[in-house]
Amino acid sequence: MKKVLANREIDVNEEGYLVDFKQWDREICECIADECNIVMTEKHWEVIEYIHEKHKNEEPLSIRGIKKSGVINIKEFYNLFPGGPLKKATLIAGIPKPKSCI
Amino acid sequence: MKNLVILGAGTSGTMMANHLISKLPKREWNITIVDQFKTHYYQPGFLFLPFDIYTTKQVKKKGEKFIPKGVNYIQKKIELIKPDENKVQLEGDAQLDYDILIVATGTKIAPSEIEGMDGPMWYKNIFDFYTYEGAKALRNKLREWEGGKLVVHITEMPIKCPVAPLEFAFLADSFFKNKSMRDKVDITYVTPLGGAFTKPKATEALHHLLEEKGIKEVTDFNIERVDYENNKIVDYADTEVEYDLLVTVPTNMGDELIERSGMGDDLNYVPTNKATLQTNDYENIFAIGDATNLPASKAGSVAHFEAEILTDNILRYIKGEPLKAEFDGHANCFIETGNGKALLIDFNYTHEPVEGTFPFPGVGPLKLLKESRMNHMGKMAFRWIYWNMLIKGIHIPFVSTNMTTKGKKLEKINN
Repeated sequence: MKKVLANREIDVNEEGYLVDFKQWDREICECIADECNIVMTEKHWEVIEYIHEKHKNEEPLSIRGIKKSGVINIKEFYNLFPGGPLKKATLIAGIPKPKSCI
Repeated sequence: MKNLVILGAGTSGTMMANHLISKLPKREWNITIVDQFKTHYYQPGFLFLPFDIYTTKQVKKKGEKFIPKGVNYIQKKIELIKPDENKVQLEGDAQLDYDILIVATGTKIAPSEIEGMDGPMWYKNIFDFYTYEGAKALRNKLREWEGGKLVVHITEMPIKCPVAPLEFAFLADSFFKNKSMRDKVDITYVTPLGGAFTKPKATEALHHLLEEKGIKEVTDFNIERVDYENNKIVDYADTEVEYDLLVTVPTNMGDELIERSGMGDDLNYVPTNKATLQTNDYENIFAIGDATNLPASKAGSVAHFEAEILTDNILRYIKGEPLKAEFDGHANCFIETGNGKALLIDFNYTHEPVEGTFPFPGVGPLKLLKESRMNHMGKMAFRWIYWNMLIKGIHIPFVSTNMTTKGKKLEKINN
């Protein structure tokens, strides 16, 4: 699927997650955040950076992982990305929705 | 003489002892298995114990019975694994040397991870059913419970047997119907996942069943604490669910031994190659079953399939041959749906559970992802298979180690 964000055509899946991380940049990020009614602050960017780092190292994201991240506690995480923070944060970060291990 | 040491005499460890005793030359290899507990539990039976479907006697036997002759069985607590010295420290200063080590120490519930969970109301109106003690205490509670809000809850993933909490909800529905008190019980299923199960196709089928049985679902619920004074669970988004009886699956963690030995991840699971079962950090240490961090179900069927591949790989390792990267994450689970029926699911790392027939393509007799009495009988027969075949390492006829795609309605393949 194609979607226009920041006047560019971006490839996304049916849930709106970016298919190609190379298309992600801060401008795109702010557009997606805006669609989620989130205004990016410095703390948001720190979390996005942490998520990218995890993604790069192929480490699965989890609520428990957030607790131990040293970047943010879980309560703050929920406040920054209200309603399903892992799903929202990955959407904004331009990486796939976290799959739960079975 | 060389030494192969197995840590843990649960489902995986016992199976490995049985496989290896006939495969390793007796003149060259000593096999030792260590477990501090004398009892071997039939863990799938813990689901049935609370509903008086199984008796306590049906779910436990002496572990010794299942350790083959010729294997040295030590009943002592394991203090420490010293991977750099190839030694295992046991209680009372005893020490074991190993050439090959198999870690099969399983997973345990850790209710203390959540504030208020194992506080003063633990085993009063908050129960687990993943331990013998929990399942038995819950049975006694259910015998006299007069109804109210029953909440079946999962704390966080991964957990042993991800379908068990759903089965518990289904069986509770039948149990209260049979007691003619279903109208007095409100059942809610609370999960941190986005749906009833981890895989989309099965989630759809299971969601439908929950609806049919009048069981409410609360999804995406990441618990922060149990407010045991006001009988409610609270999540990080401040969502609250009230209960009169809370049946929870606490956080699951690997054995503390793994943490003490500095060999685990955040949840004390041993980082393990998902196809060969060799640990990532030590080439002469292998891990199997619930003790690993494999992205597969923590379940006996998975351990069973792993054991066949790990046996091959240990023999290859001894001969200095390359390991077979063969484990595909195969899991095969009966899902009890109540009223004498069950579903069957068969899946692996890349294929989600779909409809079809099992084990014979097109014939069955078992149907995948559909409720039937035959599947329920399969589940009941499994207790006999477990005690008499599975942990003794006898191959179960017609069920292949790697998942087969024959006889299945495959629609899409992930990854």
